[in-house]
Amino acid sequence: MRRLGSGARHLDCSVTGVYLRLEGITKSFPGILANSNIHLEVGRGEILALLGENGAGKSTLMKVLYGFYRPDAGTISIDGRPVVLDSPSDAIRAGIGMVFQSFMLIPAFSVAENIALALPRLGVWLDSGQIRERLRDLASRYGLAADADAKVWQLSGGEQQRVEILKLLVSGARILILDEPTSVLAPHEVDGLFTVLRTLRDDGYTIVFITHKLREVMAIADRITVLRKGSVVGTVPRDGTSEEDLAEMLVGLRDVRATSFSRAAQASEARTVLSVDDVSVRGERGRAGLSHVSLHVDAGEIGGVAGVTGNGQSELGEVVLGRLSPDHGHVYLEDVDVTRWSTAKILAHGVGVIPEDPLRMGVAPGLTVTENMVLNERRRFMPGAGLYADWRAIRRAIEARIENFGLAIPRLTLPVGTLSGGNVQRLLLLREIGRRPKLLVAFYPTRGLDIAATRMAHDLLVAARNAGAAILVVSEDLDELFALCDRLVVFSRGTVVGTFKSGDVDAVEVGLRMTGGGKREAWSPSPA
Amino acid sequence: MLGLLYAVVGGGIRAGTPILYATLGEVIAERAGIVNLGVEGAILAGACAGFITTAHTQNPWLGIAAAALAGGAASLVHAFMVVTLRANQIASGLALMFLCLGVTSFVGRPYVAVKINAVPQLAIPGLSDIPVVGGLFFQHDALVYGAYLLAPLIWIVLTFTKWGLALRAVGERPDVAFAAGLSPAAIQYAAVVAGGILAGLAGAHLSLAYARSWVEGMSNGRGFIAVALVIFATWHPLRSVVGALVFGAVFALQLQIQARGVALSPYFLDMTPYLLTLAGLLLWGRTRRYAMPEALKSVFEGVT
Repeated sequence: MRRLGSGARHLDCSVTGVYLRLEGITKSFPGILANSNIHLEVGRGEILALLGENGAGKSTLMKVLYGFYRPDAGTISIDGRPVVLDSPSDAIRAGIGMVFQSFMLIPAFSVAENIALALPRLGVWLDSGQIRERLRDLASRYGLAADADAKVWQLSGGEQQRVEILKLLVSGARILILDEPTSVLAPHEVDGLFTVLRTLRDDGYTIVFITHKLREVMAIADRITVLRKGSVVGTVPRDGTSEEDLAEMLVGLRDVRATSFSRAAQASEARTVLSVDDVSVRGERGRAGLSHVSLHVDAGEIGGVAGVTGNGQSELGEVVLGRLSPDHGHVYLEDVDVTRWSTAKILAHGVGVIPEDPLRMGVAPGLTVTENMVLNERRRFMPGAGLYADWRAIRRAIEARIENFGLAIPRLTLPVGTLSGGNVQRLLLLREIGRRPKLLVAFYPTRGLDIAATRMAHDLLVAARNAGAAILVVSEDLDELFALCDRLVVFSRGTVVGTFKSGDVDAVEVGLRMTGGGKREAWSPSPA
Repeated sequence: MLGLLYAVVGGGIRAGTPILYATLGEVIAERAGIVNLGVEGAILAGACAGFITTAHTQNPWLGIAAAALAGGAASLVHAFMVVTLRANQIASGLALMFLCLGVTSFVGRPYVAVKINAVPQLAIPGLSDIPVVGGLFFQHDALVYGAYLLAPLIWIVLTFTKWGLALRAVGERPDVAFAAGLSPAAIQYAAVVAGGILAGLAGAHLSLAYARSWVEGMSNGRGFIAVALVIFATWHPLRSVVGALVFGAVFALQLQIQARGVALSPYFLDMTPYLLTLAGLLLWGRTRRYAMPEALKSVFEGVT
């Protein structure tokens, strides 16, 4: 597999062939030491996985490396020469390219224009012939096909990622940094990305792969550097480690891997809490819409909705929560037709929600933690006409909840917008589950959470289920759905393409169904 | 009737010239993500500076240069406010407009009713002798030809050169442009100042060729028409030409109607370009919103 030559030579002797070296990198922000004395080495023709939980300092480190942040201390050297990176253009000149989690592409531009932006010695006149030729070259060499004339907004997540990688290659990058690259991909696309990365590695590229997913690390990395709380815990070769060892390094605990949950004893007369009956919604502005969707969730049951984002899951959530009025069909909550109910009425009926975009829909970023925590429970915490609130009691109640959940919130008076995404998600879970809802609609409940917090979130969801709540989990993470759900509904292009009981199906089957039988085109959002 | 048409077309080309300069300038600024409502002020600055310079030197070419300089300088203030100080673009633009209105009224006061050497007419040899067409299109002053040649030039630069690509990138996603090694701030400065220079030329045409006099507030809302025209033109330089010609024709028609003594209130006629603006916004504003540069109205936050 591995090509002989300059790249392969360095593979097994990671110390001698160092191409990129970070020494003693320290970077602090007011009140936070994000990176502390970090040492890191990557060879030419090597894939280094940078593994760490949220807030471990991975992104800060990579932003230092890309010239976004200037480190407080430490040096970076490339190929033995120290470099100073004060801006992304310095990094680009030094041969460093980065694929960000949110793509650095301009949606209104064509693929060729986006590529042109990255070309280092671009002539005054945009030579589209030359760009096309480069694209064809790279496409055939690394399997990165892309239509030069397509507008980026028309492309799927996987295609946009290919354009990002192409951009780095044409810009002459020799060091590729990928920040959580699989988060935008369907399961089968991950293999394609890994094949591309291996080919690039064998061609002598230096690759840093940032992730918190142990499985990916074991699949793609040559060596693994683990970060915890801003420091390097250790660097190990892939062949000498296991997922369990890595997990232990990550969180410093044994037995952190969630395995399976004890099922609640199914009540003999399962009471249906949520019933969606033949609901259709017209798709507008490139949204998938819904077409004749039926599903139900019983009390004491977790129902899962599997699907690639943008295939009607958000519409389903909006219909259930009364934000979107279906063109056809009905929604029942405990046999009451709530199809035309207002959102407020539905929420008051005992429905909790973890929204898709927590910072926009779940919390008011400018309000404090305390204020956000009582936002949906005004009646409980502010009895009467709402002219009086016992803030001390509120704070105590919230502190108790936070403590139960093991949340590290510095101060309850901090605006929620200053917390990390993971902490916001945890606060939301805490708030919504704390309301003891009859039905909890949870979109991507563990998105952005690290392993320990994911475990806690899952425990909370399972506990809520065992206490009798009906829970609808929308997720792209099949591992999560398989671990949690009693029943699984698979969405593709706004329709239900499969309903399974847990244990009756495997991840490959679900993965193929949610992506339309393995054809990627099937789930690309239509440009309409 | 034919005479009216002739007058409206010829007059429309002339009256459309300052609008076209200002619109092209605003297209450049907005494609880089900056709305400059101060374009009205930059036109006044150009008209005033150009007129004063010409009045003293009797050289309209020096006047045009001074106008460009004054328009650029006025817009530099806006660039500094919104790019460097990250001030609100709308507030800064409006403040600039009123500042320029005040300053030019004050500075220009002694020059009201002063006579100057206007920008000379330049008949294109050969072409101007063609019957009808020659008189309509090829017997204008140099600034008219300049405006209509500038439109395709700007389109070419924006679409097919690396500078245009960089400018458009900044107007769409400044963070992406920054990550690509560009300097969004520098590009936005350049775009706003270039837009101001064009607004200054719009002013030069008004005071040195079209009206050949200085009157306070003589831009008379043309800057705001330009801002609206950018939207009809969906941020496209070539479509700006169409818009500028339509508005120019309305101005010319208004003059013709007045000149022919039609019994229509001059106040109503004065309103027509602005009614057209509103009508246009109503028709186009909704459906073509997608063409707007993504980063418009939000100045790059930078890195901390």
